[in-house]
Amino acid sequence: MPKSREEIMQGLYDNTLWGKAPPVVELTKEGLELGLTPTEILFQALIPALEDVGRRFEIGEFFVPEMLIAARAMQGSMNILKPLMVETGLPTVGKFVMMTVKGDMHDIGKNLCNIMLEAAGFKVIDLGVNVAPATLIKAVQDNEPDLVGFSAFLTTTMPMFKINIQTLHDAGWRDKVKVMVGGAPVTPEYAEKSGADGYAKDASQIVRVAKKLIGKEDVETAAPSSELAAAAKAIENMMKKADEEH
Amino acid sequence: METILSSPSRQVIIGGDHPFVIIGERINPTGRKVLTEQMLAMKMDMVRSDALKQVAAGAHMLDINAGVPDDGVEPAILKAAIQAVQETVDVPLSIDSSVIAALEAGLSVYQGKALVNSVTGEDERLEVVLPLVKKYGAAVIAIANDETGISNDPQVRLQVAQKIMKHAEHYHIPPEDVLIDPLVLTVSADTQAAQNTLETIRLIKERLGVNMTCGASNVSFGLPWREHINTTFLAMAMAAGLPSAITNPLKPEIRRAVLAGDLLMGHDAFAGQFIAAYRAQQEQQVKAD
Repeated sequence: MPKSREEIMQGLYDNTLWGKAPPVVELTKEGLELGLTPTEILFQALIPALEDVGRRFEIGEFFVPEMLIAARAMQGSMNILKPLMVETGLPTVGKFVMMTVKGDMHDIGKNLCNIMLEAAGFKVIDLGVNVAPATLIKAVQDNEPDLVGFSAFLTTTMPMFKINIQTLHDAGWRDKVKVMVGGAPVTPEYAEKSGADGYAKDASQIVRVAKKLIGKEDVETAAPSSELAAAAKAIENMMKKADEEH
Repeated sequence: METILSSPSRQVIIGGDHPFVIIGERINPTGRKVLTEQMLAMKMDMVRSDALKQVAAGAHMLDINAGVPDDGVEPAILKAAIQAVQETVDVPLSIDSSVIAALEAGLSVYQGKALVNSVTGEDERLEVVLPLVKKYGAAVIAIANDETGISNDPQVRLQVAQKIMKHAEHYHIPPEDVLIDPLVLTVSADTQAAQNTLETIRLIKERLGVNMTCGASNVSFGLPWREHINTTFLAMAMAAGLPSAITNPLKPEIRRAVLAGDLLMGHDAFAGQFIAAYRAQQEQQVKAD
């Protein structure tokens, strides 16, 4: 029984919401065959679903594992959509090397930033968590990014910002990349003191700040940034709530 | 194997057939705005009241962390916090920092035998923290991860622990003065996380026979009914061989789970501690009514 476009969009929404990756991938393929555009799928099903996840998360109805599987389900679809969006002329806004600093294993906020950046047309190279300065330098040499982002969730690992920036300087890369920092305990003042070029309070701001830093404010992003920001905001708020309980 | 920590006039023994040791985790500015502000202003009121509350709630030791966003002032704050706590309560302390100068500042004023929290299995950390531990005759928490990060594989964590023990031996730190942290990650990100920790605890107990401690509240991050996950995890970890944990004694569920665990492990003769805790709670209840 072939599905209608409406059924596919609803299915994409529901299965993203409940983090069911295999049907999201299947429905993405079916939808494309039926003539849905990647942009429709992304902005009318996946992002609203993620926004719903964020909202439920915020009111304590959803929990971290559910948010992670929802994001993963969306990623499965994004893997199919991204190449198509590139084909249809979506420009790469910039290259972004992202990482959680050495000594710090927290990655939920960082992963959220990755989703936002990718949805906005950045190519993200994620180095993972607990990344040593030497690994950062190697990745910068290999990828020649426009920006690098350091995430820290602990006050005790925030000093790694300064160390990483110094390491970039020593390796001769400081002037060639813009540095962004962020994470729950990080303040704009701390970011500036560390020597970073930019700071985003949460994942909802990262795209705007990143584009400004590389002079691409005017480049149209794939995503209406207000929708992305709302989704990110909801998820960030919930993370904060979870952290306070913690 | 018994690890002995001390305050000016009291000692706490971790391991052997001794009851489980709760190291109170609350004196830590991460995520606590008022405490952060007070620490930055060198005001120790909240540090003192947190110390009193935790000891009254059953903490055998206290962890002292002064990890404020400005690491330049951390040594001075940690030192002042330790002095304030030692003036207020008579329990051994765990001095918690990744900043070497802060550890040294804390150790220099500490009265008794302290626990240093912590060193990892990374060469550059071992080489600076262990001499400090030796210099002050302290014990140390050693986290079972190295330069390559945190492995999910209990065998790899065991290997890191073995490496740490070798380094400790090199610096003439006796094995009873090293508490291995088997690493507790949250099950909300990885469903196998707790099983990996429990298997690491079993392996370390069996192969190395050394004592252990860990942060036991992280396991439930991002989930509802956190106390139930935390207490069940504690019970499983005790059964696997964990003799102490850094956790929140202000949650009555945690304290009671540990008391029940001690009893069931055969570490509480005639349920003396368990019944005494029950009775104290009943009396408080009567007073409150």
